[in-house]
Amino acid sequence: MTAFICTRFAQSILVLFIMSLLVFGGVNLVGDPVEMLINPEADQAEVERVIRELGLDRPVTEQYWYFLVNAFKGDLGSSFIFGEPALKLIIQRMPATLELALFSLFISLIIAIPLGIYAGYNPDSKASKVIMAGSILGFSMPTFWVGIIFIMIFAVQLGWLPSTGRGEIGTFMGINSSLFTLNGLSHVFLPALNLALFKISSVIRLTRAGTREIILQDYITFARSKGISEKRVVLIHVLKNILIPIVTVVGLEFGSLIAFSTVTETVFAWPGMGKLIIDSIYNLDRPVIVAYLMIIVTFFVFLNLIVDIIYTFLDPRVRIKGDHQ
Amino acid sequence: MSPKLRKFLEFCKDFSSNKVALVAFFIFLLILFVAIFAPLVSPTDPYDLNTVSIMNSRLPPFSEDFSGNYFLLGTDGAGRDMISAIFYGLRVSLGVGVLSGIFALIIGSFFGISAAFFGGRYESIIMRIVDIQLSFPSILVALIILAAFGKGVEKTIIALILVQWAYYARTARSSALVEINKEYVDAARCLAFGNTRIMFKHILPNCMAPLIVVGTLQTAHAISLEATLSFLGLGLPITEPSLGLLIGNGFEYMYSGDFWISIFPGVALLITVASINLVGDHLRDMFNPRLH
Repeated sequence: MTAFICTRFAQSILVLFIMSLLVFGGVNLVGDPVEMLINPEADQAEVERVIRELGLDRPVTEQYWYFLVNAFKGDLGSSFIFGEPALKLIIQRMPATLELALFSLFISLIIAIPLGIYAGYNPDSKASKVIMAGSILGFSMPTFWVGIIFIMIFAVQLGWLPSTGRGEIGTFMGINSSLFTLNGLSHVFLPALNLALFKISSVIRLTRAGTREIILQDYITFARSKGISEKRVVLIHVLKNILIPIVTVVGLEFGSLIAFSTVTETVFAWPGMGKLIIDSIYNLDRPVIVAYLMIIVTFFVFLNLIVDIIYTFLDPRVRIKGDHQ
Repeated sequence: MSPKLRKFLEFCKDFSSNKVALVAFFIFLLILFVAIFAPLVSPTDPYDLNTVSIMNSRLPPFSEDFSGNYFLLGTDGAGRDMISAIFYGLRVSLGVGVLSGIFALIIGSFFGISAAFFGGRYESIIMRIVDIQLSFPSILVALIILAAFGKGVEKTIIALILVQWAYYARTARSSALVEINKEYVDAARCLAFGNTRIMFKHILPNCMAPLIVVGTLQTAHAISLEATLSFLGLGLPITEPSLGLLIGNGFEYMYSGDFWISIFPGVALLITVASINLVGDHLRDMFNPRLH
């Protein structure tokens, strides 16, 4: 067990190291940030001063070494554009992204679980076929394009909901979030629904498959033979049992919501981490690009490490296979 | 009738049992035709500066200009005919998607089959890399490559290959593991055929069915991902206007109500991706032994 955790931990560190080489190497091989930053009429002395200040005159290997040493101290460099620490910029924008992802997770579960249970319970009805066709459509629709259509319909044509930015921020139990004000909710609704679309499709399929399997189990037949109403069978017995796999999968995929929010945030001008990275790529703001990619890669690597470890506790088969290797 | 032909006809009959998938397949063929012959079927060449006039910019659908040119789907901000731009865009989108899919199929099945064949340390290292990569969402993998190395056609294709190869590797390995224990592989070994020959002439053809299923679904995914990346301005450069770039161009006109500039390329993208997905979904059901 300990050996398994140690190997996995070592692998995670190795992945992070390779990623840092790839990201840092790639970012430093393309583009010239000085050109973007400096007034084109600046003289040679000025250009050289800026290059020296940013540390760009040193060899790439030396820059990488400084980057690693500083990263361990929690310093991922300062933004060329804002002049502030990149880490601080990202952390400032993290709550906006997290609240968008959480709210869209909530929307997708509320919509998808009832539809999935219905489609699994009546697999041959017309409505179920429509639901399943809809879920394939949901997989096929490009998220950003749906976002554009949402803006066009609900913001431009109907004028019901705002289409850009984050709304007023309220405080509840010491947490600041735009989810606690009406204005904030009206701002978050469209982007969250947009981000939820993909998840809705996958949760519908998952729920439907789970329901179809569970409905054949003995305990459902037993519950029915006890004379429990069909409504209770579905709402209590079926729902409770499909929630377990759904919660696991959805929990695991929370990370992918954060990754995909890059697209939604750009369409809806949502001031989160995703918009920051896209803006930084446009501006060739290397420290922010590197910091964002390293933070998100670290996040994913450790999320997976934790999931792997939890699985070995829950399912001994994984552990045996791991020890065997 | 040769057995091969009979088998093929049986497959066609099986495939046609699902009417939705059949329709989707023909729609896809039509799209493919339009994409390949874009210069012939388009009413105008949208990137020929001699015919495009800025005077025609942002004309709504079904309009005509002074010299009698008809614009079925309207024009964009530069006065280009939308339907022609979409046909040319389909060409770029499908080209990038299919090309990256083929490369990923080759690379993925090479590593997958060789991992299953040789086993041991080699297999566990390859499959560990596959597992690690699949734990990252596809858009993040693409974002890392394009954010670090910048945009461009080759870089987009490389990013799409990197996103997809692991799926092919995993599929190829799992079907190759089944095939390796079959008698024909033993027979080939007894004949002292080389490893390469056994892997790619004997095992690979028998793993093709699941690889084709993964291939269709992955190609749809790649096309959609390329559109997303190009929309974000990270994928293809403006010299290669794919559907994603067209949608992105229309985005800025949307607040003034010129919906057609970004809606129609999106519809084309949706139909393309959905038709491939429907075909892939049906193929998966057909090849899934548990459903028979």
